[in-house]
Amino acid sequence: MVFLEFEKPLESLYEQLEKITQVGQEGDLDVDPMVKELETKIRKKRKEIYDSLTGWQKVQLSRHPERPYTLYYISQICDKFIELHGDRRYSDDKAIVGGLAKISGTKAIVIGHQKGVNTKMRQFRNFGMANPEGYRKALRLMRIAEKFGLPVVCLIDTPGAYPGIEAEERGQAEAIARNLFEMAQLRTQIVCYVIGEGASGGAIGLGLGDAVYMFENTWYSVISPESCSSILWRSWDYKEQAAEALKLTSDHMLEFGLIDGIVKEPLGGAHTDPEAMAATLKKHLKQTISKLKKIEIEELIDMRIKKFRNMGKFQETSDQEME
Amino acid sequence: MEEESTVQSKGWFKRLKEGIQTATKHKKEVPDGVWFKCDSCKETSTVKEIKENFYICPKCGYHSRIGSHDYFDIIFDASFNLLFEHLKSYDFLAFTDLKGYGDRLQNAYEKNEVSEAITVAEGKCHSRRLVVAAMDFSFIGGSMGSVVGEKIALAIEHCTNHKIPLLIISKSGGARMMESAFSLMQLAKTSALLTKLAQAKIPYLSLLSDPTTGGVTASFAMLGDLNFAEPQALIGFAGPRVIKETIKKDLPEGFQTSEFLLEHGFLDFIVARDQLKDRLADLLYFL
Ligand SMILES: [Zn+2]
Repeated sequence: MVFLEFEKPLESLYEQLEKITQVGQEGDLDVDPMVKELETKIRKKRKEIYDSLTGWQKVQLSRHPERPYTLYYISQICDKFIELHGDRRYSDDKAIVGGLAKISGTKAIVIGHQKGVNTKMRQFRNFGMANPEGYRKALRLMRIAEKFGLPVVCLIDTPGAYPGIEAEERGQAEAIARNLFEMAQLRTQIVCYVIGEGASGGAIGLGLGDAVYMFENTWYSVISPESCSSILWRSWDYKEQAAEALKLTSDHMLEFGLIDGIVKEPLGGAHTDPEAMAATLKKHLKQTISKLKKIEIEELIDMRIKKFRNMGKFQETSDQEME
Repeated sequence: MEEESTVQSKGWFKRLKEGIQTATKHKKEVPDGVWFKCDSCKETSTVKEIKENFYICPKCGYHSRIGSHDYFDIIFDASFNLLFEHLKSYDFLAFTDLKGYGDRLQNAYEKNEVSEAITVAEGKCHSRRLVVAAMDFSFIGGSMGSVVGEKIALAIEHCTNHKIPLLIISKSGGARMMESAFSLMQLAKTSALLTKLAQAKIPYLSLLSDPTTGGVTASFAMLGDLNFAEPQALIGFAGPRVIKETIKKDLPEGFQTSEFLLEHGFLDFIVARDQLKDRLADLLYFL
């Protein structure tokens, strides 16, 4: 188990639990009451910690090394999944995966950012930072979904679109802009979930959906707290403050009306019970898709555009006051 | 984001108060004898020289950053009307870094004649009706917040309803961080609305000027029926500093310039500022 800094009080409790369990296995001492007591303690402590998470702590949770990624969810929720590769223009981006999915009776195209599960795979997946061909592959799969009447499910989990020389040469900005333009008019249902990190253009490039949800311990922002700190505070040391200022957590995002809902995570985060998390996702997305399927496609697209059209906060003054 | 434009255009504000603007190629308010130093070659010319040359350095051809009203003066035949000036940004997140967003805005109002990082105007370009939405880098780095997104949305709707071609002149450091996810959503908002303009078959021209980066590039700036740029402009998704820090290598010469984007297939052409008006008229003839 990996414990984040703010989870340290749990670590010692878990250590005690492990020791006692071992004692119980070795001798004939009845440790059950002590085990029960410790488990209660752990539950209480966990609740205490998780009821008052700061923005930055949620950012850390969203990046927890044991947190499930797109392909894990796909493996858990799909009876059948056929991965489809390549953008047909340049290459196959490993940071965005997608394919044909059967989710107990529901056919769909599932697309998502993919991070690596170990050092080698993290490199292979480019840390979930896609190049333009990742976004173009995603769009190609969405076109297939549109053509064959399949809903699109996007799982968002990226620290950002990759900032590299070749990404710029191949039009990172154009790829994201094109996805936004095409997703707005895509003639099928689009459901998006932020399952981890929702950083900036790299996230919104898969994020223009009829329904957009965030997992409880995730974040969605125009910039990561670290980069925000480095630009606005001119130092990397203010990431906690930046995370607070950006109000990037799921509860804020729902309050702002920028997302449609929050998907509860198991106490302690998705990684503490990945199977339960996957089951929650499966149920949630099946319900969402069946709700959206009841809406006429023209109306759905209209509602989709209107929803994003209405995002923004400003004051309206009379012209005379302008000075 | 904090960088200020080198050229300040004074004087149009008085005309604004009368409701209608008249084009003035040569602004009388800046004394013509003052020297102007080119940001690129550091050579000096007189303000009179540079103004008559569309703020293009007569020595090296560098296009100095100019404001929205300079573009209106360049593009429109005579008078033009400002649109959607009633929208104002405010600090709805109570966002505070080293400064509060409210103070940043106040500062921007004091330093600028424009009321936001984008100004929209309608007029005629060689007798053809045209709506121009032009960004001001001097206003919080030309950053896109809710008001920029809303003004573009209203401009798109205005153009759709009245069948008027739209030109957006981008000049931006990206999204406005102080509006957090609201600024990010402006990418989706502007891009989604552009599909309506496209469905109505109304021309949308995108002019990218120095600099155009971040969320603006990753939305409306790259979505023109035609995308074109001023020479030597910095255009990209990620800023050069971020890329350099990520890859830990020096960037190649000419990286992320207009010429680089043209070479890689993302621009239709590059147009010098003194040719802009005629080029727009030529394009509108076909579209
Ligand atoms: Zn020069």
